[in-house]
Amino acid sequence: MLVKKLDKAAFNKWVEACIAKQRVYGVQAKGDRFAFAELAAAADLRLDYDVTLLPPKKLFQPQRETLLKFDRTKGFVSVFDTEPFVVFGVHPYDMAAILQIDKLFAQGQCDAHYTKRREQATIVVSDVQTASPDVFAGCMGTATIHDGFDILVTNIEGDYLVDIRTEKGEVLADTITNAPDADEMSLKLRKLVWADNAERLQKHKLDVRPDVLPKLLERSYDHPVWEEKARLCYSCGSCVLVCPTCYCFDVQDDVDWTLQKGERRRIWDGCLLSEFAAVAGGHNFRRHRADRYRHRYYRKGKYVPEKIGQIACVGCGRCITACTSNIANPVEVFNSLVYERK
Amino acid sequence: MQTCEPNVDIYLPCPATVGEVRPMTAMERFFSFRLDSGQSLGHKPGQFAEVSIPGIGEAPISISSSPTRDDSFEMVVRKAGRVSGAMHHLRAGDKVFIRGPFGTTFPVDDAMKGQDILFICGGIGLVPVRSAIQYVLDKRDDYGRMMILFGAKTPRDRLFTDEFDEWRSAKNVTLLQTVDRRDESWYGAEGVITTLMPLVKIDETRTIAVICGPPIMYKFVITELLKAKLRDDQIYLSLERHMKCGVGKCGHCQMDNIYVCQDGPVFKFSDVKDVEEAL
Repeated sequence: MLVKKLDKAAFNKWVEACIAKQRVYGVQAKGDRFAFAELAAAADLRLDYDVTLLPPKKLFQPQRETLLKFDRTKGFVSVFDTEPFVVFGVHPYDMAAILQIDKLFAQGQCDAHYTKRREQATIVVSDVQTASPDVFAGCMGTATIHDGFDILVTNIEGDYLVDIRTEKGEVLADTITNAPDADEMSLKLRKLVWADNAERLQKHKLDVRPDVLPKLLERSYDHPVWEEKARLCYSCGSCVLVCPTCYCFDVQDDVDWTLQKGERRRIWDGCLLSEFAAVAGGHNFRRHRADRYRHRYYRKGKYVPEKIGQIACVGCGRCITACTSNIANPVEVFNSLVYERK
Repeated sequence: MQTCEPNVDIYLPCPATVGEVRPMTAMERFFSFRLDSGQSLGHKPGQFAEVSIPGIGEAPISISSSPTRDDSFEMVVRKAGRVSGAMHHLRAGDKVFIRGPFGTTFPVDDAMKGQDILFICGGIGLVPVRSAIQYVLDKRDDYGRMMILFGAKTPRDRLFTDEFDEWRSAKNVTLLQTVDRRDESWYGAEGVITTLMPLVKIDETRTIAVICGPPIMYKFVITELLKAKLRDDQIYLSLERHMKCGVGKCGHCQMDNIYVCQDGPVFKFSDVKDVEEAL
């Protein structure tokens, strides 16, 4: 629709104007790493980040989210989060993941809690400036993204191209004044950034095209890799907690001090955790580590793709970094399936 | 973004009132409920509902009564977890909160019609199957013979014993029981459920078998049914998993790619025989 070119000062002024208007989350330094957090000043925004500790999914499906309030005698009422907010600096691979989760919560029976919150969000995607050590988005086709967000910002030699795609984006950008339209040269340079990112965000190389993963997994249920890798798995769940496409959850009641009122909350859960498939009475339908480990990769490469038509791994590499045992690299797992062993 | 119409909260349960409560065994209690809205639950045999006790939580529980009976619905709950434990403290007039019904149903209105019905139940596997038994009894002429094979750990663990006379007195109904361990009160059969199977004559040309019991039971019973020449699509299974959300989102009940809360809990054996995590 409209691409503006802002120098650093103008860009910061725009971010400040956004913060003045509404709740804004942005990528900020957290120790020597990065995280999405509420933004207090434009100077705190770090669009040069490599990857955040947790994906932005925490803003749409929070770690702990109130679904209902209850009174033990009166019953339950729904609670919805309807305050508009802005997210600054989502990387393309994380945006791809958000769009997948959108589909999954919308599919079949509509999840109003997720959807209502999601509808309040204006998302500003930022093309990757610094590659993280384990990113492989280039292999997954998610190093760049061209649809599904509100604004795309790309750093071109210190200036920012601000590409406004939606009405929500226009509203957010209405405080940009006196900025010139992007010139031909900048737009050409942006194309080079995209091409370059697709190439360089491949710190691990997948030996096959991602769209063959469902077929590959189809024949790999009894492959030795599951047992080999899972032997070292602590079932700690780090890989699922940092994953932008994991959305499994638990629901728990919390009673306040009156023992009369309380909240029903949705909290993150993960299929790698040992009790995930247990039922009351003690039977655990996925008791073995290797079965849980395999289930996760089948969700990423086969089960979720069967539901939404996309591979449910966007190549952020967070699981690789987070895994204490160094067994969670999806590229290693999928590559080992290419060479069939019995 | 792909969006949907968020005008209904799929997690919001509606109030219901406990009617009758009575102990069935040392571990299981019987409950009847009525929705406060005055509407019927609208379930079919084999489905389940999510039962909430505010402050304790929510759990998937099989519905044990047939919709042909009346506007109330019944459940039998084993004291096993937090919610089922709390349910054992419920008294008549107490409130619970219900979401559902959810899931697939026994094929009472299609595959079972006009056929001989063979129910094979272990322990509390009889609880969901009772909904189908009642349904068949209430529309007795729509079906052929009804054979009920029921196995329990001990005579004291048997459920619905006070209804057995009603079941048996209907036309063409056979009810056979066995226990794993007999006691001084028991003069009947002793042994696992498969020992009852040679005692009923299965006409493979016109039989639908329905199995529900502990996880260990299925493989052995299916083997026997296949020996009796039943086809894969004549065998139905009701499977247990933790159907936490009931709406195909939370992931807990998945067996491989299948969500038991939506694609189950009742499955045709031919649909799950290649699903590694099913049996």
